[in-house]
Amino acid sequence: MLTEFGRVFIFFIIGAIFVAGGLVTAWLVRPQRWYPNKLTSYECGEEPIGDSWVRFNIRFYVVALIFLVFDVEVVFLFPWAVVYQKLGMYAFVEMLIFLAVLLVGYAYVWGKGDLDWDKPEPQIPSVKGKEVTKPQYAEEVTG
Amino acid sequence: MEILISLIKIVIVLFVLLTSVAYIVLLERRVAAAIQNRIGPNRVGWQGLLQPLADVVKLVMKEDIVPRQANKFIHDLAPIISIGVALATFAVIPFGNRIALFGHDIKLQIADVNIGILYILALTSLGVYGVTLSGWSSNSKYSLLGGMRSSAQMISYELAMGLSLIGVIMIAGSLRLDTIVEAQVAWRWNILLQPIGFITFVVSSFAETNRLPFDLPEAEPELVGGYHTEYSGLKFGLFFLAEYANMVTASAIITTVYLGGWQVPFVHSLGLSDVSVSIIQVLGFCFKVGMLIMFFIIIRWTLPRFRYDQLMNIGWKVMLPLAIANLLATGLVILLKWV
Repeated sequence: MLTEFGRVFIFFIIGAIFVAGGLVTAWLVRPQRWYPNKLTSYECGEEPIGDSWVRFNIRFYVVALIFLVFDVEVVFLFPWAVVYQKLGMYAFVEMLIFLAVLLVGYAYVWGKGDLDWDKPEPQIPSVKGKEVTKPQYAEEVTG
Repeated sequence: MEILISLIKIVIVLFVLLTSVAYIVLLERRVAAAIQNRIGPNRVGWQGLLQPLADVVKLVMKEDIVPRQANKFIHDLAPIISIGVALATFAVIPFGNRIALFGHDIKLQIADVNIGILYILALTSLGVYGVTLSGWSSNSKYSLLGGMRSSAQMISYELAMGLSLIGVIMIAGSLRLDTIVEAQVAWRWNILLQPIGFITFVVSSFAETNRLPFDLPEAEPELVGGYHTEYSGLKFGLFFLAEYANMVTASAIITTVYLGGWQVPFVHSLGLSDVSVSIIQVLGFCFKVGMLIMFFIIIRWTLPRFRYDQLMNIGWKVMLPLAIANLLATGLVILLKWV
């Protein structure tokens, strides 16, 4: 007896055969003429400066953390949604409390500014410490 | 015998899916050309109909370049994850009701998994890995930025996506896609019962498939090619294929969940035989998916791209509250038995 996930597994295998077949064919027919300059990473024709595996903006990490909290909550909501019509009022009140707790956290995160993404501050050009053409520039930005 | 029927179904579905993906690329290029008042590819074959074939041959014949500094294993793995996830989602989509052929009662769905929606959401989450890993492993600044952006974008919109589906699950009382389709008989389509959920879901689908106006991961003017800057040859082709396969899958999911799936209204009142009704239903499903794909394409060529802070604002401050409000409103309506 073939279970439903067995069928999914067969689907996976046939898909894998297709992808592997394509990759092997390409490996057989494509040319391979490498030389050092070809293997540098792309940086608009310049020599790449330094490594790109560097420390990165912390905001992405914060977003991932908030996502984790919310995603776990969504997972809890799925079984609740399936049996909702059978449980009725009880389920609704339960979920109101559950969501209320979560919304407090959401309001806190929002208020703290973790959901605000950086807007780039316009860099005003300066010569010898004196800002140049500030009036026109400010006008352009605000107007 | 059972395995054989499954195999035939899988091969047919994969064949149709991949062929249609190849031709959607051509369709997109022709529509883009028409919108921009150009002609588009029309040289290879009649009206350019052999263009996808020529593209595949070209991609296969191209040299595969992996940058010296890159992590070779992950660089090879990332496109396979992308395409694997894009194809595997299609295993649970019901594209028709049962059909009786050659004495067999065949279900027009590859696997009738009882947690269909959960399976789809799980695979969508895995899709993030393909993009993020390709961005990181290339060890190029553009790729890294594209990968980082895309992981943040996809996880942000995944929440709205999951939350807007909960309303539908509450109405159908099941995670099985087949049950959800069967609940939408005649005109009881979920788009009418869940209009806000439909909007949030479609917007999140655009973000999840990295299509314009949410294509920041590969924003050409600023990031060259985004996460696939360092890919060439067939590995680039796999990313390309995955992007379009994702679009087909997203359209199929929207059709299944909100637009009645294979349900064609009033088809039973025509007095046709069972087999022809089944065939009409499959065609109806294909028609709905095709219309949605056309919608995806037209949106891409008519709207400008969001800025990144706008994207995050829409995801966290508009879509998420909207989806939660929709969830609570649905709960209230079901409780008071208004529907």
